[in-house]
Amino acid sequence: MNPLLRIVDLHKRFVSLEVLSGIDLNVARGEKVSIIGPSGSGKTTLLRCINYLEKPSSGHIYIDGNLIGEKQTNGGYVHLSDRELAKERQEIGFVFQRFNLFPHLTALGNVTIAPQKVLGLSKDEAERRGREMLEKVGLSHKINEYPERLSGGQQQRVAIARVLAMQPKLMLFDEATSALDPELIGEVLRVMRQLAEEGSTMVIVTHEIQFAGEVSDRVVFMDQGRIVEQGPPRDVLLNPRQPRTREFLKHLQER
Amino acid sequence: MSFLEVLNAKGWYFLGRLLEGLPWTVASFVCSLAFALVFGLFVALLRLSPWRLLRIPAVTYIEFFRGTPALVQVFVIYFGLPDIGFQPSPFQAAVVGLGLNGAAYLSEIYRAGIEAIHRGQMEASLSLGMTPARAMRYIILPQAIRTMLPPMTNFAIVLLKDTAIIFAVGVSELMSNARELVTETLQSAVVYVMVGVIYLCMTIPMARIAARLERSKQAWQ
Repeated sequence: MNPLLRIVDLHKRFVSLEVLSGIDLNVARGEKVSIIGPSGSGKTTLLRCINYLEKPSSGHIYIDGNLIGEKQTNGGYVHLSDRELAKERQEIGFVFQRFNLFPHLTALGNVTIAPQKVLGLSKDEAERRGREMLEKVGLSHKINEYPERLSGGQQQRVAIARVLAMQPKLMLFDEATSALDPELIGEVLRVMRQLAEEGSTMVIVTHEIQFAGEVSDRVVFMDQGRIVEQGPPRDVLLNPRQPRTREFLKHLQER
Repeated sequence: MSFLEVLNAKGWYFLGRLLEGLPWTVASFVCSLAFALVFGLFVALLRLSPWRLLRIPAVTYIEFFRGTPALVQVFVIYFGLPDIGFQPSPFQAAVVGLGLNGAAYLSEIYRAGIEAIHRGQMEASLSLGMTPARAMRYIILPQAIRTMLPPMTNFAIVLLKDTAIIFAVGVSELMSNARELVTETLQSAVVYVMVGVIYLCMTIPMARIAARLERSKQAWQ
């Protein structure tokens, strides 16, 4: 079966620094893949390249067989226009470390703006869907609050509802709990676990090793812009083959 | 006659004559402000463009129109355009001149306001499938307005006062009526003080309205 997400020989350079040095990765429909690794290993950049928040220096990304961010012409590959790129991004949900909620809109406003302005849903329809998504993340009682008045955990759950309202094929989580106080991490992980159980396709960059082990079908360990090791969580997390992986996991345990 | 005696004897007559010019002052203010608001946003968006080819004309425009006196610009339009076969009315020349000049200032206010919005806001909008234009309209500008409002009010007050220069091309606004009155009656002190007070009567309420707007926009902060 064709993978939902296919990444082929992806490189990303910032001036002289190579952050990604040839990443190949396939993610099947419904699969949950966690990416772990030390900071600076390129995990976040990889995630940002998938929806073209960063333009790859070379390599290609496909979702459902469609090239992302570029198209093939007889002369080679050309970058898409803003409009074409926006259309592709509708299918890829992105949850940010710092939530990035829109502070001038209520929780419901945050969740309904894209369905209205991008998908063209009517206000009623968008609000019906928005309420449903906010209920799903357990925030029915906060729909009219502005982000400022919500805790970090609540803000991140609104951000997840905002992504869900676009009904994306693929969801990307960029260290979704790293900016949260420890006691607020659980509520966000619970929502993510629920999505995983419902069969969403998810790529999760995380430092929560235990969570990664529980929800993922596959764990990918990255270091210095490369995939060092990948496989089922029990292999990568419990019996890593590579010394670099062992060292990283040992460091985490000592923390 | 002392200042107060003149004011007492001729005050109402002077006021009537001066206020005849008020509609032109207000009209040129409103029209050039509208022009500057729209065109200034356009220039700011060019200025923020990722493409140098669009940024360079914007920067050139801003430097040029900010660096030369508004009166010179109005003169060039009024006296210069006929040379290429188009004769604007004094009012048209005034509005376009003040508008172009104002757009250069406003574009910098827009730019600062837009740049103050955290990059994550644009990224979140794009990741939800908005085009950069939609993101600007629904997410960035509504937030930027809040920081832009105080400098914009300042600008509007300056612009209202600057309309006083356009008597030079023969728009019969407040200042031009004042000069006529002074030529007739030689009461320059009383006339010009009255003109000052009339301007104040417009600028103070503007500042008040702006302060109120600013507070209402802060509701979500």
